[in-house]
Amino acid sequence: MPGAECQVPNDGSVTGAAGVPQSTIRDPQSTIPQETFVLNLGPQHPAAHGVLRVLMTMDGEWITRAEPVIGYIHRMHEKMGENRTWAKFLPNTSRIDYLSAMHYTHAFVGAVERGAKIEVPPRAEYLRVITSELNRIASHMVWWGALLSDLGGLTPFLYAFDDRELILDLLEGLCGARLTYCYYRFGGVCNDADDDFLRGCRQFVRHMPARLKLYHDLVTGNIILRKRLEGIGPISAEMCRKYGATGPVIRGAGVAYDVRRVEPYSIYPQFDFEIPTFPQGDSMARYLVRMAEMEQSLRIIDQALDKIPAGPVMGKVPRVLRLPPGDYCYAVEAARGRFLVRIVSDGKDVPYRVRLRTPSFSNLSLFEEASRGMILPDALAMMGTLDLVIPDIDR
Amino acid sequence: MNPTLEQLCEQFGRLVGPAPAASAAPAAPPAPGPVQRTDHAAKGYDLDVSVAPLQVVMAAEILDRSGFGLDAVTGVDWLAQGQMEVVYDYFHPTTPLRVAVRTRVPRAQPEVPTITAIFPGANWHERETHDFFGLVFTGHPNLKPLLLPEDATFHPLRKDYQS
Repeated sequence: MPGAECQVPNDGSVTGAAGVPQSTIRDPQSTIPQETFVLNLGPQHPAAHGVLRVLMTMDGEWITRAEPVIGYIHRMHEKMGENRTWAKFLPNTSRIDYLSAMHYTHAFVGAVERGAKIEVPPRAEYLRVITSELNRIASHMVWWGALLSDLGGLTPFLYAFDDRELILDLLEGLCGARLTYCYYRFGGVCNDADDDFLRGCRQFVRHMPARLKLYHDLVTGNIILRKRLEGIGPISAEMCRKYGATGPVIRGAGVAYDVRRVEPYSIYPQFDFEIPTFPQGDSMARYLVRMAEMEQSLRIIDQALDKIPAGPVMGKVPRVLRLPPGDYCYAVEAARGRFLVRIVSDGKDVPYRVRLRTPSFSNLSLFEEASRGMILPDALAMMGTLDLVIPDIDR
Repeated sequence: MNPTLEQLCEQFGRLVGPAPAASAAPAAPPAPGPVQRTDHAAKGYDLDVSVAPLQVVMAAEILDRSGFGLDAVTGVDWLAQGQMEVVYDYFHPTTPLRVAVRTRVPRAQPEVPTITAIFPGANWHERETHDFFGLVFTGHPNLKPLLLPEDATFHPLRKDYQS
């Protein structure tokens, strides 16, 4: 039997010199042959947030190789983009990352507006910024609740969803949808904001800081959370660059990379906000980045509400939209990182090619390298701080 | 140290050779060179580099040395010309520079070398592009279906694909 000479039983009954159960220590220099086994996480697993499967080769508690297997809910959005008009493809873009729909539609309308040279009225740009930032806060709230329930604390989820409901109600009043918004249109937005919406936003901006403080008081300093996240799952800036990981993952590695600042789009240069970064690169850093980002989003909304001008919300758009031949890119900072749309037009009224570069895809692709040698619960905590949305990976 | 557009133009110029000689007929507009500066506000990227298929690895090395990150790899099927285009998008984490590197291969033999040795993130992007277009990335460590079923033999984004 090949593993018979393995002298350390896995029940922790043998203790080492220091009284520490040996089975909890894996000596990298050990020459004792170790038997590995394959652990199939998913495709239906509560910690995977959807149909993600991770094929893990385990050495006891340690991961020797964790290969994500994706594509279970692949819908071929890019093919759908090639057989319908530009406008008819727009609702598809809100169904890729269902928690970040405003940003995704923003990138697609941005690319088309860039190609067709459509001007967007200022009021529409302000409404886009307000709704994008509301969407970002709502998305981070889902992440916060889901991460903590992954880590065993189920109550914070209810606090987060309580506040998220306020955002969903506001956005529902504005555009009719609660999740898969199709509010942005080529040339503007489909519906002007009424006083109720703007007043509601103002109330929300006043309401949230105390709630965020409550979140921190209840959770951030908690010793169990800190033990689960601090120093766990380090991801370096170099690894982010090599894998194209963006968003809170790269900002949690100390790089102030935010599309809103580095490659400004819409009217973001007009606002005063910070790009929170934390240099540690561990799971806690990614946690703190997202928590700080919610505050910054509130700042942006507050300024936008002060400055929003009156006027039309739709620009002049040709009835049949045809883009000049060529390719056009548009990147936005979605809740999970850089979302890039690359469209290729051959001058017809349907796209020749639509490429959707999604942040979760690149953020998950580093998981195999980053999780090597970690114990399973730590790897799942790290996965929680990557904030994966599976339809965003599979498209 | 952040790269500048001039430095990149010069490095890519050395890679792809000098711009083609001016056309004999003076009335004809000059043919677009392989290294083109583009207007970010109009196109969404600053530099458009066309390279030969075997040069994509060297192009990736240039961008890697300059601190760029890999954004995406994708294909475009130009059925009428009998060609497949592979487009590599790169972003820079601290400057607004965006670079698109592109190459074209014949549809009959769609092969380009892999850049996974330089950017490991290209692994999944190249697998996906292989799924959708049947492009073969030579030297790729694991070129099996990523998003399509594991036994898929079709390439849905080819323009002659019939479902």
